Amino acid sequence: MTDEKKHKKEVDKVTGVETTGHEWDGLKELNNPLPRWWLWVFFICVIWSCWYFVVYPSWPVPGGATEGSSGYTQFKELRESQNEIIARQARYLERFEGASFDDIMNDEELYAFAIAGGSSAFKDNCATCHGTGAAGAKGYPNLNDDDWLWGGKLENIHQTINYGIRADNLDTRVSQMPSFGKDELLKREEIDAVVDYVLSLSGHKKKDSYDLGVKIFQEQCASCHGEKGKGMREFGAPNLTDKIWLYGGDRATVFKTVYYARAGMMPAWGERLDENTIKQLTVYLHQLGGGESDEAVIDEEKVIEHVEPETDTEYSNEHAE
Amino acid sequence: MSLMNKHEKLERNSLLLLVCVIVTVLVGGIVEIIPLFRMETVIEPVDGVRPYTPLELAGQNIYVREGCYNCHSQQIRPLRDEVVRYGHYSLAAESMYDHPFQWGSKRTGPDLARVGGKYSDEWHIAHLVEPRDLVPESIMPSYSFLLERGAKLHDLKSHLKALRTVGVPYTDEMIEFAEKDAIVQATGEARADTAGLEERYGEAVNARDFDGNPDLISEMDALIAYLQVLGTMVDFEAAKAVEGGEE
Repeated sequence: MTDEKKHKKEVDKVTGVETTGHEWDGLKELNNPLPRWWLWVFFICVIWSCWYFVVYPSWPVPGGATEGSSGYTQFKELRESQNEIIARQARYLERFEGASFDDIMNDEELYAFAIAGGSSAFKDNCATCHGTGAAGAKGYPNLNDDDWLWGGKLENIHQTINYGIRADNLDTRVSQMPSFGKDELLKREEIDAVVDYVLSLSGHKKKDSYDLGVKIFQEQCASCHGEKGKGMREFGAPNLTDKIWLYGGDRATVFKTVYYARAGMMPAWGERLDENTIKQLTVYLHQLGGGESDEAVIDEEKVIEHVEPETDTEYSNEHAE
Repeated sequence: MSLMNKHEKLERNSLLLLVCVIVTVLVGGIVEIIPLFRMETVIEPVDGVRPYTPLELAGQNIYVREGCYNCHSQQIRPLRDEVVRYGHYSLAAESMYDHPFQWGSKRTGPDLARVGGKYSDEWHIAHLVEPRDLVPESIMPSYSFLLERGAKLHDLKSHLKALRTVGVPYTDEMIEFAEKDAIVQATGEARADTAGLEERYGEAVNARDFDGNPDLISEMDALIAYLQVLGTMVDFEAAKAVEGGEE
């Protein structure tokens, strides 16, 4: 006790500040008060934490935690921020929701809304396979051109996105090319012949086995790819007469395709995205370069109908020769 | 003596200081730690979440071994932008059978919490073999060796057992058939009887030859089986009840 009393009285002569009474080889420690600014920050923090306990969920209690007077939850915050966007989009969404594709294409504002939404949804969901610029990759079609596997009308594109291709969905688009080599449906020389024939369709030189190739193609391939190899959209069978190849147009790749078959898969996005987003994507893809209008396709079908009988006679002529 | 000097009493009495420190730490500890001991207070159960199948588990082990978590998170936060990009925010129940959990803390690549079903198996193979074939700007390394390496299946039984000790509800039957279930899942319905697997892990389980090579159950099979199930277990219609409780 005497020590304590003694130190309390002791004041450093130079600074006029009380000392702690601790001494090391003649050096004494000054007992300066804490800096004012630090103290104030400390007190404000204490007051703030009391406020926080009241307003936000903080104390654990049996069966959960105190709710706080503001009723804050992260779920609520998310919903609010989502609602904010929905409200901002509302004036478009109201009309967009019920609009048919015709309405959208003829309404400048809805069209712009669809393109903006579609473009960002494309980058999030589609670009990993079809490329950021929709130029595709090996096995994933280019969406900028007018070479469609399953159809390029708005309704076709919408169906493809919604239900996918060979996806885990009841309404998905399905077709299956047989593995002509792996499952021993064709002999090696027959595959070689048909591969060379297919290559000749897009401008490669005809080989000696041309006649055998034609025969095999008509027997095995024409039911899906068409007698002239122009493809059929109801089966997603590609046109083999152009120079656009999904897996590659060199002989080795085409051989591999015939030998093992191909069956590209696209998920059914209807299970992941809402209908508005799918509609936006549809319009976005349609305007990338290859979109077809209803009338144009009807015309094309007429043309094909007229052309096909001629090709039949061509082939039969060739066989006759 | 003002209030400001009261601390001297503590500083001059070491025993009193010790007691006060212990009391303070105890209060903080009890408030923060005790609730976590009771799982039901931190994880709201959701229908559909099941333990990983042995093959998916082998895939998760590869995921951990290759350090995928260094660049990919598996946690969609309840923020608008994340929900728009990745889908429904992650629920605690979805990672309750992950040991260790794969939430991650850095996204060099995208979040993978809901990658299951987003891409085809062929896409995953092509992407793991050479990411730049599909995503030219990708900096992800190539994992082509996964195609050639056989998945480690013989010790899956021990993995299941170990996980059971930390609370994953694997049954005796699941443990006994661990290796067989893995083989069946990587072979698929066409060439194997998946009835037992589906009985144990539910009908929604993906059973097929993931890597397209029926002669080998490769690490690629296991990893893709794991990736394809991520985020697909929960039925969000059922989960709405849980969220409803939060409103």
